[in-house]
Amino acid sequence: MTTLVLADHDGTSLSDQTAKVVAAVAKIGFDVHVLVAGSHVGAIASQAAELSGVSKVLVADTPALENNLAEPLTALIVSLRDDYKTFAAAATSVGKSVMPRVAALMDASQISEIIDVVSADTFKRPIYAGNAIQTVQSTDAKIVITVRTASFSPASLGATAAVEDVSTAGLSSDLSTFISDAISENERPELTSAKIIVSGGRGLGSAEKFREVILPVADKLAAAVGASRAAVDSGYAPNDWQVGQTGKVVAPDLYIACGISGAIQHLAGMKDSKIIVAINNDEEAPIFQIADYGLVSDLFVALPELEKEL
Amino acid sequence: MKILVTVKRVIDFNVKVRVAADGSGIDLSNVKMSMNPFDEISIEEALRLKEAGTATEVVVVSVGPAKAEETLRTALAMGADRAILVETDDVVEPLAVAKIVKGVVEQEGPQLIIVGKQAIDDDCNQTGQMLSALLGWSQGTFASKVEIDSERATVTREVDGGLQTIALKLPAVITTDLRLNEPRYASLPNIMKAKKKPLERKSPADFDVDTKARIKVLNTEEPEGRKSGVKVASVAELVEKLKNEAGVL
Repeated sequence: MTTLVLADHDGTSLSDQTAKVVAAVAKIGFDVHVLVAGSHVGAIASQAAELSGVSKVLVADTPALENNLAEPLTALIVSLRDDYKTFAAAATSVGKSVMPRVAALMDASQISEIIDVVSADTFKRPIYAGNAIQTVQSTDAKIVITVRTASFSPASLGATAAVEDVSTAGLSSDLSTFISDAISENERPELTSAKIIVSGGRGLGSAEKFREVILPVADKLAAAVGASRAAVDSGYAPNDWQVGQTGKVVAPDLYIACGISGAIQHLAGMKDSKIIVAINNDEEAPIFQIADYGLVSDLFVALPELEKEL
Repeated sequence: MKILVTVKRVIDFNVKVRVAADGSGIDLSNVKMSMNPFDEISIEEALRLKEAGTATEVVVVSVGPAKAEETLRTALAMGADRAILVETDDVVEPLAVAKIVKGVVEQEGPQLIIVGKQAIDDDCNQTGQMLSALLGWSQGTFASKVEIDSERATVTREVDGGLQTIALKLPAVITTDLRLNEPRYASLPNIMKAKKKPLERKSPADFDVDTKARIKVLNTEEPEGRKSGVKVASVAELVEKLKNEAGVL
């Protein structure tokens, strides 16, 4: 039997999320094929073919698949249903939009955001913002999963899988139309793959202060920048920086939480980090209960000092 | 146009959940229940579209136990016009919810369905997408801005890299993200009025939907806890520990 992995990419290069999904589904024990869908995605397909454990890469190259619109992408995956038992994607904004559609059209219940593979039909996944972990078994003929990539290490490179074109006949995007992207210009590492994350909360007080004290520390550490929901809601940071139950889930080697109180919804997104540092002027803040190192201090004194010490 | 909004009764977001000792699930006894926060955002958006003259009627639907009537009454108190409760004591998976709501859609004929992007209990993030696929409609997930004209909805979506704006052919399903709006509170007079608003009761069988679980829950357990570490006295001590003790710098 075979597992089909939907590749995650931005139209230019393969995201390392795909390597993590490949590593996760390798534990199922089936052959692994990767589907690269988009427009002018030949180079991305070549990258996917190098992932260890992948035996074939399918390429669907057509303008209708540009911009990852959910409806044509779903139709493409469903057209390949007969060849596969299991369908997997990273729990990214594309995977989360597309896979439930695929599941519904195959009359399967999806298992979202798995953090472990127990067997071919049994997986572990968090519920209630990670406050409980369920072990669940699918009884459906087709199995559809999304993968919480923070829980898996990426597959290594070195393979040379065959690359094959698949039919894109009949795919159209007349239900929804792409208008524009406002993608944050960002020279820093991606939040979901960064080794170090410096994250700011409501304690920063303004967008200006957030930039003034968080960014220099992040720059010094070559770190990604994160934010709590409170900071994003207050307009201190853009939405794509949000870490938490409904934002991004991260597990870097080092997570530095600055002025973040530690609501369970935030902890859900970062509590699997290897080392957590909390800097907060409120010594009662719940974040200190899960931090490896806590520093009770004024952010506007501690962060500039930290930047100098590094 | 008519707008259909889905709501779910869940454990209040402020409650710390307890895993049942026998591993069967979450202990729901004597726990405060509320409307799923994303569903409040969905209702607010529908009400704003009605107040702007775009929508003519806002119908709310919930699939759940008899007590989900309280959640629907909250939606009516916020300003929805009428409610439909599809009553079942089963734990209904998103696929079955989507099939039931599809049945409601075929009876009600809305032009727009607004669904919360995820419920904060099972964190599935599936129902809106499944409903859209089963109906063969367009979808706009994770909406942070919605504009409707006669033929299409323009939706700005929160995606991993920032924001993406797409146009959806109507009818469409939209799922709501946190920053779409700030939901209103129901006033006391409106809570009183909501008690008299129409609420229709149905069952999954009325829509020929089998709610039997497709996914077996084998075990529910607490996650591995994190111990709290140490407090450091200074930035210098912090950097020293990160370098020499934790080895992450």
